[in-house]
Amino acid sequence: MKRNVAIWMILLAASILLLFFANLLLGSVAIPAASVWKAISGGEVDLIWQNIILKSRFPQALTALVAGAGLAVAGLQMQTVFRNPLAGPSVLGVSSGASLGVAFVVLLSGRLGGVALSSIGYMGEVAMTMAAIIGAMAVMLLIVYIAQKVRGNVTLLIIGVMIGYVATAIIGVLKFFSAEEDVRSYVVWGLGSFSRVSGGQVMTFVIIMAVLLPLSMFLVKILNLLLLGDGYARNLGLNVRRARMTVILCAGVLVAVVTAYCGPISFLGLAVPHLCRGIFKTSDHRTLMPASLLAGSALALLCNLIARMPGFEGALPVNSVTALIGAPVVAAVLYKRRKEDYAE
Amino acid sequence: MKHTDTIAIKDLAIGYSGKNSVKVVAKGITDTLRSGYLTCLLGENGAGKSTLLRTLAGFQPALGGEIKIMGKSLKQYRERELATVIGVVLTERTSLQNMTVEELVGMGRSPYTGFWGRLSAGDREKVDYAMHQVGIQPLAGRMVQNLSDGERQKVMIAKALAQETPVIFLDEPTAFLDYPSKVEILHLLHRLAAEMSKTIFLSTHDLELALQMADRLWLMARGRGVVAGTPEDLAMDGTLDGFFTRKGVAFEKVTGLYRVEPEYHDKIRLKGDATACAMAAKALRRNGILAGDDVESDVTVEALPAGGYKISKGGANATLAVTMSELLELLQL
Repeated sequence: MKRNVAIWMILLAASILLLFFANLLLGSVAIPAASVWKAISGGEVDLIWQNIILKSRFPQALTALVAGAGLAVAGLQMQTVFRNPLAGPSVLGVSSGASLGVAFVVLLSGRLGGVALSSIGYMGEVAMTMAAIIGAMAVMLLIVYIAQKVRGNVTLLIIGVMIGYVATAIIGVLKFFSAEEDVRSYVVWGLGSFSRVSGGQVMTFVIIMAVLLPLSMFLVKILNLLLLGDGYARNLGLNVRRARMTVILCAGVLVAVVTAYCGPISFLGLAVPHLCRGIFKTSDHRTLMPASLLAGSALALLCNLIARMPGFEGALPVNSVTALIGAPVVAAVLYKRRKEDYAE
Repeated sequence: MKHTDTIAIKDLAIGYSGKNSVKVVAKGITDTLRSGYLTCLLGENGAGKSTLLRTLAGFQPALGGEIKIMGKSLKQYRERELATVIGVVLTERTSLQNMTVEELVGMGRSPYTGFWGRLSAGDREKVDYAMHQVGIQPLAGRMVQNLSDGERQKVMIAKALAQETPVIFLDEPTAFLDYPSKVEILHLLHRLAAEMSKTIFLSTHDLELALQMADRLWLMARGRGVVAGTPEDLAMDGTLDGFFTRKGVAFEKVTGLYRVEPEYHDKIRLKGDATACAMAAKALRRNGILAGDDVESDVTVEALPAGGYKISKGGANATLAVTMSELLELLQL
């Protein structure tokens, strides 16, 4: 039992290394593996190659690595706290909030200021990131406020979904009144991408996540207790209300930050925890948390790789790839679990 | 003696307080719960059994009065501390997946484990001991989603034992179980109370079983508060008689148990072997006929020493019935 866990963890870690290198290696420009190695180990290589690897592929792979981990961990936390297998980063309306923030900036700025933000480069990028974080945080604070007031998890879940609908509706109205090129740049943002984060912002993103991810690991005991249901958790000494808020807050911040930098990435957060439960056959978060973190990174790198496969040149939208891979995973795991339930 | 007062309740009022309305479910509850005893809480649906248990477990505030646990007011307990004093087994069915019995019982150690919730060797011993006490060691590696209702209930009891609390509250632990499992669970709880000196307090609808197995009963009825005592005392002073009897239910003082009491439309006199008569009386009572050796009737059924029954109606010739169904048929029931 314990050995299996260790073996799988090592396998996951190894696959991350492999996929990371594959992400550096593969792309529209063919660069030999030896040169890729030289470029990242600081050796002397063709300047163009070096630029492609260090300025484009490396930040992109790093973004995918960190974003995947963040979404998977947030997904696991939400599925546990809401005790609902379909809970994921997008359910609480947090990603809708981020989208709304971006929509305001991208769509309204062109309309009101006369200058389309999407066309002003770096400053526009920063503004979009900030808008996404503000939008996501606003929705999340609203959710946390409501979480204090309502008793049931399902109620909260439904309210989250409703907030999502409202945000989508407002975005629809904004789109209707906006210039065509602004709508287009908003749609592109909505497709999600690990490549939009440029140079300096990557480091900011990685640092934020490097702080948040270990913090969320501290919640394993709380999450294990929450699995038992409110009554038992409370009887075992947990302040359920505070625990629920902490977990929602943690997951919300993770989703907000990832969405701000990469756009709404669907299905990763939903699929990875299911995948890990299927592999490790446990609901112990001391195993599931690190497992989800690793598997999330690996899957994000894989999706990024597929999106950029030679032949697709301009790169497929990551969101389509994650959905194409994630949806079958969720379906398969749930279907398999249904069979196992009747097995004994 | 090993029986000490663990919980003292004084003039307790329970219920729910909303923003502008207070709904009192029961008030004026005053009694004590003692260690080493299995105390059963009986009452109709809506009498407030769950509310009382929830209030005693600290899940909801009392509307008035005082609850003292181990000499200290419930309000003064911190969450973590209370978790080492009261263990609960709830009616809510957990939707746990992919967790072994051993892991679930291990969750009972949570109040004692550190930041990551890792079990020490000592914790593991206590988990083993708890599983041993409840007799679920063979299930240790099984996934909880594959257990029967009875097994699951035992696992939750083992969890409460692993929690090492002097007090255990159980909310309808016998609901949803088949009869043998109900008996088994109550036997188990009775033994645990006596052997481990635990204060065990449970709510149940299984009147018959509670009357036979409980050391003490708490009777709860809407608007009447709580009456407590040993089942026998409550039987003899007539409390039980008045508490649950209604049309169709009678309380038998001799056995101290309830009996289904139909409306009789006929009478038959019984005589002969006592066991055979009792069986005949039972069958006849079900068919609305009051039967016994002290009943005046022109129909007499005599249980024969060789087996079978002889039926004599007034002056007519006596007929013989070998089995009970023949007897009922001949009496045209």
